[in-house]
Amino acid sequence: MPGLTFERRLMFSYCVDPDTLGTFRWFSCYLTTGVHWSFYLSFLKVLLLLAVTAPVALSFGFAGAMAARSHFPPLSWLGKGYIAIVRGVPDIAFFLFFVIALDQGFEWIRHKVLCPDWSEPIRQGNDFLVCQSAKLPLGTAPEWVHETYGFILAVITFSIVFGAFAANVLFGGMRAVPHAQLETAEAYGMTRRETFWRILVPQMWVYALPGLSNLWMVLIKATPLLFLLGIEDIVYWARELGGTKTSRFTEYPHGDWRMWYFLFLLIFYLGMTRVSEIGLEKLMRRLSHGQATSGGELLRKETTA
Amino acid sequence: MSCLQTIQDYGLRSIGIGERLLPKTDFTLCEHFTLIGSGMIWNIYFGIMAMITGFFLATALAVGKASPNKWLRKPSQWFIFLFRGSPLFIQFFFAYFFFLSLKKTYPMFDALTSAWLGALIVLFLNTSAYSGEIFYGALRSIPKGDIEAADAYGMTGWARFRRITWPTMLRLAWPAYTNEAIFVFQSTTLVFFSAFPAWQQRGDALYYASYFADKTFNPFVPYPILAFYFILLTLVIVWSFGMVNKRLNRHLPAERKAKMRFRLNLAR
Repeated sequence: MPGLTFERRLMFSYCVDPDTLGTFRWFSCYLTTGVHWSFYLSFLKVLLLLAVTAPVALSFGFAGAMAARSHFPPLSWLGKGYIAIVRGVPDIAFFLFFVIALDQGFEWIRHKVLCPDWSEPIRQGNDFLVCQSAKLPLGTAPEWVHETYGFILAVITFSIVFGAFAANVLFGGMRAVPHAQLETAEAYGMTRRETFWRILVPQMWVYALPGLSNLWMVLIKATPLLFLLGIEDIVYWARELGGTKTSRFTEYPHGDWRMWYFLFLLIFYLGMTRVSEIGLEKLMRRLSHGQATSGGELLRKETTA
Repeated sequence: MSCLQTIQDYGLRSIGIGERLLPKTDFTLCEHFTLIGSGMIWNIYFGIMAMITGFFLATALAVGKASPNKWLRKPSQWFIFLFRGSPLFIQFFFAYFFFLSLKKTYPMFDALTSAWLGALIVLFLNTSAYSGEIFYGALRSIPKGDIEAADAYGMTGWARFRRITWPTMLRLAWPAYTNEAIFVFQSTTLVFFSAFPAWQQRGDALYYASYFADKTFNPFVPYPILAFYFILLTLVIVWSFGMVNKRLNRHLPAERKAKMRFRLNLAR
């Protein structure tokens, strides 16, 4: 039982003997046990995942969209293939696939570099065998290295999948910029590169933003899938903590409370959604400023009227 | 063992017909294809049932959200926000544990904790909310002239809704609704990865794909096969929804017909 090994940190002095407490005090003790702090910490994990994944996925998407626009056919196929592959296949399948595939890929590369004189095949029947020193993380590594490695794999996986989504949105945004703008740039003698960076990129965001904000919402709602990647995230802890506890293993025995824990997660996500909605609305207003769109026109009328 | 034999043994494994034990070692490509394909039965069952039942609630929600009456509008708004604002994965978990405690108090709710009903209810409510929002958007963009023309003909109330508003709403919403259908089918893969148990290893396509990946430690065979099945399913959805789209637009002159554009329109 992990609950037993946890160090007993008492938040309040009256928590020494929980059996004697009234309901309110009992809960104030129960909700501040060591395992509960791990639960609260896992919320930070979710926020960290969002904070890291969003910019990385956006840059993956930008690279993908640029590749898809390229005039060099193999590069353009690569970009379009990257965008198309996520279409039609459930994203959860990608998550499950990439986590194993990336792990094996890294180990395979390290195996090739670190143990060049290894002669046995790597795939033996149902096993994937690399030499000891190529193992990731090393068998001797402490626990936190394992956890961090798992988390990094998860971040890369999320970034690849959401990068493809973002590439699709940005590609659409680039095509939505009025063609006359690009022609004007050409008429002024700008090169293709200059047109792209100075005219296209600054203007594409307002067209891409509805898609990107949708993507952000989807990313928020995809974070519980961390659980499937073997991370001890909020879903993991909600299941652990909510399960029936008898007085043999804990000082806070209770029945099956998983329903309440998941209700709490539900409310957490609804709150995240609401906050994002308000924030994105503000951003959209800002980006629409001075743009030749109906939103921009509306803003102009508001200020002149 | 020939491939035909494998298909006979495992073709309907996911609904409990055929061999009881899953293959344990020496997996053939045929076994991969058969079992994962067998699991697709569940994905198709969940998808179709949720879409059909969800369609009606979605229409009601859209009309409710567009209603001037506060008592109709507010509940619809909240319902849509609740199901669109939270992850489906968490909804599955919550619903399962909710049904579980319901079952403890009232044994007659026993069926709710099994995937075929419990997960279906969640999917039904979820897709209703998403489709409801799509329909609501379409409802608001119905050309003013259409409604005015209906008024001029003396149509009101139910007759106007059934003959003018509703068909136009469907026509406008159809491309987005097609995307929603694709997403519903894809999210059916979450069912057995949330709390709902796969009783006697009767799972969906992803359940069997991850079974193979766990056993062989090789993701490069089962997941591409799963992807193949899902791309096939997506093509079928796009084709059949395209037929409906053609029918919905049949009265329009050729150049005004809404082109079906299947751009990735992320719904969840």
